[in-house]
Amino acid sequence: MMLTREQVLHIAQLARLKLSEDELVKYSSQLAGILEYIDVLNEVDTSNVEPTAQVTGLSNITDEDIIEKKTSRESLLSCSPLPVEQNQIMVKPVFE
Amino acid sequence: MEQLCYLGIRDIHEGLTQKQFSAVELVSSFFSHIHDFNPSLNAFITLTEKQALESAVKIDEKIARSHGLNLLEGVPYCLKDLFCTLGIQTTAGSKILEGFLPPYDATSVKRLKAAGGILLGKNTEDEFGHGSSSENTGFSVPRNPWDKKRVAGGSSGGSAVSVASGFSVFALGTDTGGSVRQPASLSGCVGLKPTYGRISRYGVIAMASSLDTVGILARSAEDVAFVLQILAGKDRYDSTLPDVSVPDYGAYLSQDVHGLKVGVPEEYFGEGLEDGVRKAVEQGIDVLKKLGMEVKPVHLPHTKYGVAAYYIICPSEVSANMARYDGIKYGSTAKDAETLMDVYLESRSRGFHPEVKRRIMIGTYALSSGYYDAYYLKAQKIRTLVKQDFEKAFEEVDILAAPVSPTVAFKIGEKTDNPLAMYLNDSLTIPANLAGICALSLPCGFSEGLPVGFQLLGPQFGEDRILQVAHAFQKVTDFHLQHP
Repeated sequence: MMLTREQVLHIAQLARLKLSEDELVKYSSQLAGILEYIDVLNEVDTSNVEPTAQVTGLSNITDEDIIEKKTSRESLLSCSPLPVEQNQIMVKPVFE
Repeated sequence: MEQLCYLGIRDIHEGLTQKQFSAVELVSSFFSHIHDFNPSLNAFITLTEKQALESAVKIDEKIARSHGLNLLEGVPYCLKDLFCTLGIQTTAGSKILEGFLPPYDATSVKRLKAAGGILLGKNTEDEFGHGSSSENTGFSVPRNPWDKKRVAGGSSGGSAVSVASGFSVFALGTDTGGSVRQPASLSGCVGLKPTYGRISRYGVIAMASSLDTVGILARSAEDVAFVLQILAGKDRYDSTLPDVSVPDYGAYLSQDVHGLKVGVPEEYFGEGLEDGVRKAVEQGIDVLKKLGMEVKPVHLPHTKYGVAAYYIICPSEVSANMARYDGIKYGSTAKDAETLMDVYLESRSRGFHPEVKRRIMIGTYALSSGYYDAYYLKAQKIRTLVKQDFEKAFEEVDILAAPVSPTVAFKIGEKTDNPLAMYLNDSLTIPANLAGICALSLPCGFSEGLPVGFQLLGPQFGEDRILQVAHAFQKVTDFHLQHP
């Protein structure tokens, strides 16, 4: 199965990736190759098989809502590479 | 003092408490060994020499005051650079996180600190764990200590090199599709991928959350057991840990293995398995027979679908987990970007390795509107079948024995342009991750002068049993005592 140039650009846009022309050509054929390989799964009849999303058997784990202030606001904010003002990270405008 | 670098945990404990050497001498000899040999092996992104020596001084003071030491106190270790370490740069091997100083320690790191282990450095790896050769990195590529033209394996490549080369006694890595077992096999050490949910993943940078496990690399199964004892068990910061009691792994090691049933899955010995690897693994299985274990063939019929299912599930979860790297919250950002969208696009495109982008793209496609049933749901159903294969096998046998990697370490650069060939390298390790069971890679011989490991697989929470067998194996073999 082949992916069109438009499809690859659309996926990249959804994934917030900007691809160079070289990457675009390379990924088109590599992704197609991988998807073709994945087609092998269609050999298996799974009509009566339940999906497995996780293997722990756990569901709805709850715990007491205890507030622990082990990590300071400053140390979390300092992880950002952008300027911080009044305890807020300065980002580019969302609305023009 | 180079001989200190190949001691095990028990020897170090004895040496320190009986004052044969001090913690400072021990740590210094490790760093001198690292400075001599690491420049050609690239096992580290960051060395923590100053902090390590400070910790060693404190341990020596404790010894001088005649206070007893815990077993792990003073024992040098390393971490794959995927473990958050308070105030110490944590990159996940990616330029997008360069300069990131985590505001907290991962639970595993916290437990090792409390146990008195001494961190020597953070290891090179495939970026975010995406790879099988440690070549997919924003930093340097670790080299196989047995042949520097070859890969160390991956993604926990630097950690395997550290342990195999005597740069640390043990190391923590992560195993999502084989990333602890495969480099352990290729570089020549023991690597445990525990049951999903045995060790907390809190503070370990996520790759594929339903598959990721924290793994342990060491030269002996005994050392792996000692470290697992510290790390295993409930953590209120990771809700995916079932409340299963933690056995005394050390006590299990000395138990008799006579009469245990070992299943050999025929599907793991198929096409693509190198003759030299097959021979070494078969010799390994013969040792198990000599130890009195009963070996019989078993079938895991869905093995061949593992890679395809994994390369849907893993990238899908990757595409979700990688969304947090936006150039805003942590690490590096595209300073010249003019709009908010450009901040995302430029930071991610410049910061991520091509393999990370490839996986994000596959996952985004598989999860995009209209394709979910055909890919992600289908893969999850195959996952059920792979899991059931193991459940059936473990009704008949106690453990399974199989190869880890179909080949010995390949040449650096050999597979970098063929992602599918690289993925197929994990075909024998992936099924254990899909099923969430435990598995361990154990040195069992050499082929073309390169180490070969074989895999012991156990049911969920069966670490005690596979460690017991691995320890019995190492008592009668010397593959783990050979150094590059």
